[in-house]
Amino acid sequence: MLERLSQLGRFLRRDPLMTMGVSWVLLLVVVAVFAPVIAPYSEDAVECHVERKLEGPSLTHFFGTDELGRDVFSRVILGTRISLTVGFIAVGLALLVGIPLGVVAGFFGGWIDEAIMRTTDIFLSFPPLLLAMAISAVLGPSLPNAMLAIAIAWWPWYTRILRGEANALRHRPFVEAARALGVPQWRILFKHVLPNCFVPVIIQASIDFGSILLVTASLSFLGLGAQPPIPEWGLMISSSRSYFLNAWWIVTFPGLAILFAVLALNLVGDGLREALDPKLRHIKK
Amino acid sequence: MISYVVRRLVLSIVILMGVSVLTFVLTRVIPSDPAMRWVGKHASPEQVAAARVELGLDKPIHVQYARYLSGFFRGDWGVSIRTHRPVLKDILAYLPASLELILAGMIPALLLGIPLGTLAAAKAGSPIDHTTRFLVVLGVGMPVFWLGMILQLLFFNVLHVLPLAERLDTLVKLLHPIRTITGFYLVDSLITGNFTAFVDALRHIVLPALTMAAFPLGMTVRMTRATMLGVLNEDYLRTARAVGHRESRVLIRYALRNAIGPVLTVAALTLAYALVETFLIESIFAWPGLGYYASKGISTMDYPVIMGITFLVAIVFVSVNLLVDLALAFIDPRISVN
Repeated sequence: MLERLSQLGRFLRRDPLMTMGVSWVLLLVVVAVFAPVIAPYSEDAVECHVERKLEGPSLTHFFGTDELGRDVFSRVILGTRISLTVGFIAVGLALLVGIPLGVVAGFFGGWIDEAIMRTTDIFLSFPPLLLAMAISAVLGPSLPNAMLAIAIAWWPWYTRILRGEANALRHRPFVEAARALGVPQWRILFKHVLPNCFVPVIIQASIDFGSILLVTASLSFLGLGAQPPIPEWGLMISSSRSYFLNAWWIVTFPGLAILFAVLALNLVGDGLREALDPKLRHIKK
Repeated sequence: MISYVVRRLVLSIVILMGVSVLTFVLTRVIPSDPAMRWVGKHASPEQVAAARVELGLDKPIHVQYARYLSGFFRGDWGVSIRTHRPVLKDILAYLPASLELILAGMIPALLLGIPLGTLAAAKAGSPIDHTTRFLVVLGVGMPVFWLGMILQLLFFNVLHVLPLAERLDTLVKLLHPIRTITGFYLVDSLITGNFTAFVDALRHIVLPALTMAAFPLGMTVRMTRATMLGVLNEDYLRTARAVGHRESRVLIRYALRNAIGPVLTVAALTLAYALVETFLIESIFAWPGLGYYASKGISTMDYPVIMGITFLVAIVFVSVNLLVDLALAFIDPRISVN
């Protein structure tokens, strides 16, 4: 693990895209944390100013104003916090369900393994966006339900990865040794197996973070996620649809924000995979 | 080989049964009161009770499931709350427009993506590779609905070269109607010699097809690059080089041939993803396909439509998976042994 981390450090220096991704992600986090301070019109998350609607970008409104006179720049900044929070919670929920199930399936094997893995097969026979759409349509459109729906659509991916790892560790000498010494099963599971499974799942989660951001925006765009007047990027684009041909700024900037965030996260995920995937490692020496 | 095919077939059927349980739970069990949804908010208690009997909601849950499942086999996928037409009939009517759009996006994406991925792998670590990787991340990370709107702004609003939306111009539709044979406008207009309509249909499909192509292009390049990188260090390539084959021949004839399997697998699976992307793309381009129908269904909370399409996409996804696995096993005998 430590050795792998130091390799990661070396890769950061060698891989310009990864370095760029990491600095962009840091920027996003800073913006999300200080959003209300950075946004010049932070009350515009909810308040309308019809007297200044659909004004083009200017020095007072960097990204112009939308169809209700709200400052697009402020809403994009405030949206950063929403998107990152939603992504974080959705990934977290999926990991919370996926990791225990995967490790139990892989470690114990037998019918538990069979039952859990066939269940994941069913969930994995839907493209994740579709399953998330169907679930949030049933639960009723709202941002918390969208988070839940995404988590329900995503946990099987982590279960599958963890199961593979845990299954491979099951018969490794150190696990056999612990068993021979009479260490109880659950203790072997938590102390010896689980800590050794984390790297691949963390890589996958970091790769997925960008996709989850995109799915959240897509759900909101379809009316299945955030509801007005929440300054969510996908929703901002969706509500600009009747006006955007005469006001390019109301569609362009929220989309650039999504693109920037997804790009940053994907560059980090991509870089992590390049750095840690043993199959690709020898190539770049 | 035969036992592998049988095992794989049985597994697919089991999975589809599981899928039907999941969609059943989503339509009938989780919504607080489907009968209430069916009759609307202002119905009397008697009407709700009648609807409950009509929908079979008074029966035990396993009977309800059995009815639901046999309905799917008999082609009874429920009735749309919005259009009051059978869901399956609607789906079949909207399908050709979507397939035309998906193919128009995916074929160019594959034809461009495989060479690009090969090039990036051959020059791994070089500026060309970094640029390609950046473009891939851009293509995969782009919100498709936003890309579509930006293309509309650029090509319709600023450059005035392409139409905004729909499959045909209203005037062309009236003066040069396309006779429906396959449902693909480009094919139908061409084989009936209706060139005015062909050109118009072509102009209309460019923007949605470009929007559609972004994601599959990114995936193809990424996958080609990754599998090529895995193959490039194999001994047989060193041998091929030692024998004195040109580098281009080594790459295409020996490396790409061995890397193409996973690439085509991903391409086939992307097909099912593309079906979901039509939800977003078709609503922007007013493209009268499955996605347009689905997004209308979503915005009016038309459950039978949403679940019908969900089930359809799952069937497509599972079947494509099955076909790909069988094709790969056929090509590569090592697979069916394990």
